[in-house]
Amino acid sequence: MLIRFEVNGSAVEVEAEPRLTLADCLRHQLRLTGTHIGCEHGVCGACTVLVDGDAVRSCLMLAVQAEGAKVTTVEGLSDDAELTPLQKSFRKHHALQCGFCTPGMITTAHALLSEEPDCDAARVREVLSGNLCRCTGYIPIVEAVLDARAAYRDNAGGVAGKA
Amino acid sequence: MKLPPFEYACPTTLPEAVQLLAAREDAKALAGGQSLVPMLAFRLTQPTLLVDLRKLADLRGIKITETGVRLGAMVRWRDIEDDARLSTAHPLLQAAIAHVAHYQIRNRGTVGGSLAHADPAAEMPGIALTCEAEIAVVGKSGARVINAADFFTGALTTALAADEIIVEVRLPPWPQGRRWGFQEYARRRGDFATAAAAVFFDEDASGRARNAHVGVIGVADRPLRLANVEALLNGQTIDGGTIAKAETATAAAIDPPEDIHASAAYRRALAGTMVERALQQAGK
Repeated sequence: MLIRFEVNGSAVEVEAEPRLTLADCLRHQLRLTGTHIGCEHGVCGACTVLVDGDAVRSCLMLAVQAEGAKVTTVEGLSDDAELTPLQKSFRKHHALQCGFCTPGMITTAHALLSEEPDCDAARVREVLSGNLCRCTGYIPIVEAVLDARAAYRDNAGGVAGKA
Repeated sequence: MKLPPFEYACPTTLPEAVQLLAAREDAKALAGGQSLVPMLAFRLTQPTLLVDLRKLADLRGIKITETGVRLGAMVRWRDIEDDARLSTAHPLLQAAIAHVAHYQIRNRGTVGGSLAHADPAAEMPGIALTCEAEIAVVGKSGARVINAADFFTGALTTALAADEIIVEVRLPPWPQGRRWGFQEYARRRGDFATAAAAVFFDEDASGRARNAHVGVIGVADRPLRLANVEALLNGQTIDGGTIAKAETATAAAIDPPEDIHASAAYRRALAGTMVERALQQAGK
């Protein structure tokens, strides 16, 4: 099926068979390999992307269901020149080791902070409970997200107009 | 695993969706896909056609009137969480739904999908049963209403015919002042319940319980209402002594399965504790 949607602000047109997940479509058809696939059945959160602003698991959504939607992947958060404040905060707090889960952590935290820039640590933990990190680095991840809140209060996390 | 091959249809009207389902024996309706897509990934089901319900506007929206709360089948957990009216119109529903899955899944998972999937440990089927909800469906032979008590017929099994689509679930009105509690234990919040209890009751002029409803999930092949526990509560003051009896009666009333997460004895004890805590919560 020919489907049209928007990825990171650009219109795309993709030939996708119905069984293709949005995650595989992004990675293989559109070569946006920042979206990672861990479990492929909706448990690990590594494939999280934003669809019309909501964080969703792209392995649990068919590409054909994205018809007409606005999709944002981790590549769409920053331009190539500079990291966003959230991404910088991850670096500052050593909130990643192997980095496999990081795109999902970043997209999920971005969705959270965009809507709830004043959330507390308990809320961050609740929201990130759907994202697995096997390097057991949750404490610095929570700290990184909390530290990035100010950027979302002031200027939409430094990604206004892109996401 | 990658999903097995299937065809895909995205109808814009309910009759069209019913027709598509009726025309193909192994077609399946796709709502939020948060249970169906993992089932496909595990090859536990291999439909040849998925009928996506996302364009059916009739299935959306939360209606609150004097006849109760109506949840369209495509209402997402997120919509229930965000609807401020529900904190008084149906606080038990909102409290239970707060335990459903994780953040990203809550943005797509739907009421109708959960009811049709009928996981024995899922919250929405438990609330529908405990609250005596009606489930409105439509199929090729027309519309009908199924009582929640008749809807869940086993693990992942319902009274829904292959060509029927859930339109909405109707929860009876929730009077002001009703006492309620919802308690769930899962190893990680958002995971399926190891056991959970939903309770509510009204009070007569002397403060004794009447109209007690007690439901448990995660302890059988479907959600259960515990008539023996309800009978024990009705006419009583819900104090420590009554609650202790309810806990014992809960454990005695169920015959839970054993799996890698918990032994049968543990689940039985846990269900008793969940009812105990839910009643304590209701008393506060």
